[in-house]
Amino acid sequence: MSFLSTRRTGRRAARRFTGRDLAVIGVLLGIPVLLDVAVVWGPTLASVVLSFTGWDGIGDIKWVGTQNYENLFTNYPQFWPAARHNLLWLAFLGLVAAPFGLLLAVLIDRGVRFSRFYQSTLYMPVVLSLAVVGFIAQLVFSRDQGALNAVLGDTDSPTDWLGDPDLNIWMVLLAAAWRHTGYVMILYLAGLKAVDPSLKEAAAIDGAGEAQTFFRVVLPTLRPVNVIVGVITVIESLRAFDIVYAVNHGRNGLELLSVLVTDNIIGEASRIGFGSAIAVVLLVVSLGFVATYLVQELRGEKNR
Amino acid sequence: MTVQAAPARPVAPPAPPVPAARRRIRPGRIGVHAFLMAVSLAFLAPLLLAVYASLRPYDETSEHGYFSLPRHLSLDYYRQAFSDSGMTKYFVNTMIIAVPGVLVTLFLASFVAFALARLRMRGGLVLLMFFTAGNLLPQQVIVTPLYVVFNRIPLPYWMSDSMTMYDSYWAVVVVQIGFQLGFCVFVLANFMRTLPQEILEAAIVDGAGVWTQYWRITLPLCRPALAALGTLQFTWMYNDFLWALVFISDGDKLPITSALNNLRGQFFTDYNLLAAGSVIVALPTLVVFLLLQRHFIAGLTLGASKG
Repeated sequence: MSFLSTRRTGRRAARRFTGRDLAVIGVLLGIPVLLDVAVVWGPTLASVVLSFTGWDGIGDIKWVGTQNYENLFTNYPQFWPAARHNLLWLAFLGLVAAPFGLLLAVLIDRGVRFSRFYQSTLYMPVVLSLAVVGFIAQLVFSRDQGALNAVLGDTDSPTDWLGDPDLNIWMVLLAAAWRHTGYVMILYLAGLKAVDPSLKEAAAIDGAGEAQTFFRVVLPTLRPVNVIVGVITVIESLRAFDIVYAVNHGRNGLELLSVLVTDNIIGEASRIGFGSAIAVVLLVVSLGFVATYLVQELRGEKNR
Repeated sequence: MTVQAAPARPVAPPAPPVPAARRRIRPGRIGVHAFLMAVSLAFLAPLLLAVYASLRPYDETSEHGYFSLPRHLSLDYYRQAFSDSGMTKYFVNTMIIAVPGVLVTLFLASFVAFALARLRMRGGLVLLMFFTAGNLLPQQVIVTPLYVVFNRIPLPYWMSDSMTMYDSYWAVVVVQIGFQLGFCVFVLANFMRTLPQEILEAAIVDGAGVWTQYWRITLPLCRPALAALGTLQFTWMYNDFLWALVFISDGDKLPITSALNNLRGQFFTDYNLLAAGSVIVALPTLVVFLLLQRHFIAGLTLGASKG
């Protein structure tokens, strides 16, 4: 009954917008939509279009078809290492940092003492700018003065953690994980607090061990959080830029797709078309994940 | 089901499960504490190291390393950062970008969220997806066309001394707002759905227009969500590094996070100065976090756990 009546008032209200109401809606909905088109979706489309041109930003826009992509895949030596580093970034955050964050959340959620202290400390790196994380990483990993080498006491042939192109990506990943773990932890903590305790009790009564209860009962109820964590992890790994840029502008073993885009447009060469092609590669990968996420959301909305 | 369970919950669980859990965990509890303490210290260590390094002269750390005992401790680097490198100016620049950025974002996003959650419009879901998906794209996808376009938009001198949108605060502010709208719309729409519809209906019966329903009735109820989002958004805009790096070329206009890069010399980097700079940049966000921790975490989890 009450459901029906709210439906009806809602509909009547919708029909009863006055001219002033329509003006308010038009302006206040129009501005954000236009802004989003101008700043996000328009440029996204433009990137796709520009990626098929050989434009340098000044002269005429020349149509070159898929030539940028062919160049990108076949004779741009930085591309594949950069793509590999982005994948590695995703794997490291997804398989190491995120599970570690979950583990910390589970431990803290058991109601140990000082849990607020642990929670605040572990979360603190998240409020730092990624650029600051990059600079702090240099203090820890620098070859001659860094804290790590001082702790290792290796003074004769110190390891150049950030200079060695085989090693530095791992060090940067550690720095990225430092920040990502806390983020994931706080999301899972909120999720775990919302889990109905009677579920766990029921599982315990049925004779399930702690590990079994967690993996079979608790984790499945955390599905919405898992989805969010997954999305954040993917987005963070595709966006990764600040840390490597702060360390060495993304060179010498720290190439990332985002760095290549930035280099191609604000560098001296100003190869807008080519830079856009790299951006489109990023776009295609991220759209795959974004679409999956939105489909999930849509389902949730319909069940609401 | 859930309705039946709800009234019982506040009475029963808070007391019994804790002792039960404690008793069960007891043997491993010390281990858990040791582990959490070790991880916490490991997480704190880099920050403490940065503070420690910033207090010591370069000669000393270059000779003995960062991990040595201090011989001189001073705030010289902080003085240098503020006097020679003009950190104050960069702080002001950040405020010029972040304060209008946060306010306008919250205002626009809250109306869109209100329209989506409360005004049963057709295509609401599409609009929600339009905004949310926009926030999830990597910044590099949109940076190139924006860079080109901003270079071509002329602005009068009183708005930008570069006479174009490029190299002006306007570019950064507009992009920040446009890019962050999606997240705020998503969070606020979820929050507004949890508000009781009856209050709004009463207002409609009294003849309140859309603006009154939004500004007088819905927004005051959203204060907790707005506080949480405001805290979070301010930190994000403050921490942003890329937009200013790409859209501003005049070093004097850089916000503080991007300006940090300038403390690095062309040929020689004084890492202790860089440490002081990092601490200066990090300090406001850490203070905001410690003071408004509740809001901060609420902002993130509101987005994650639907209201």
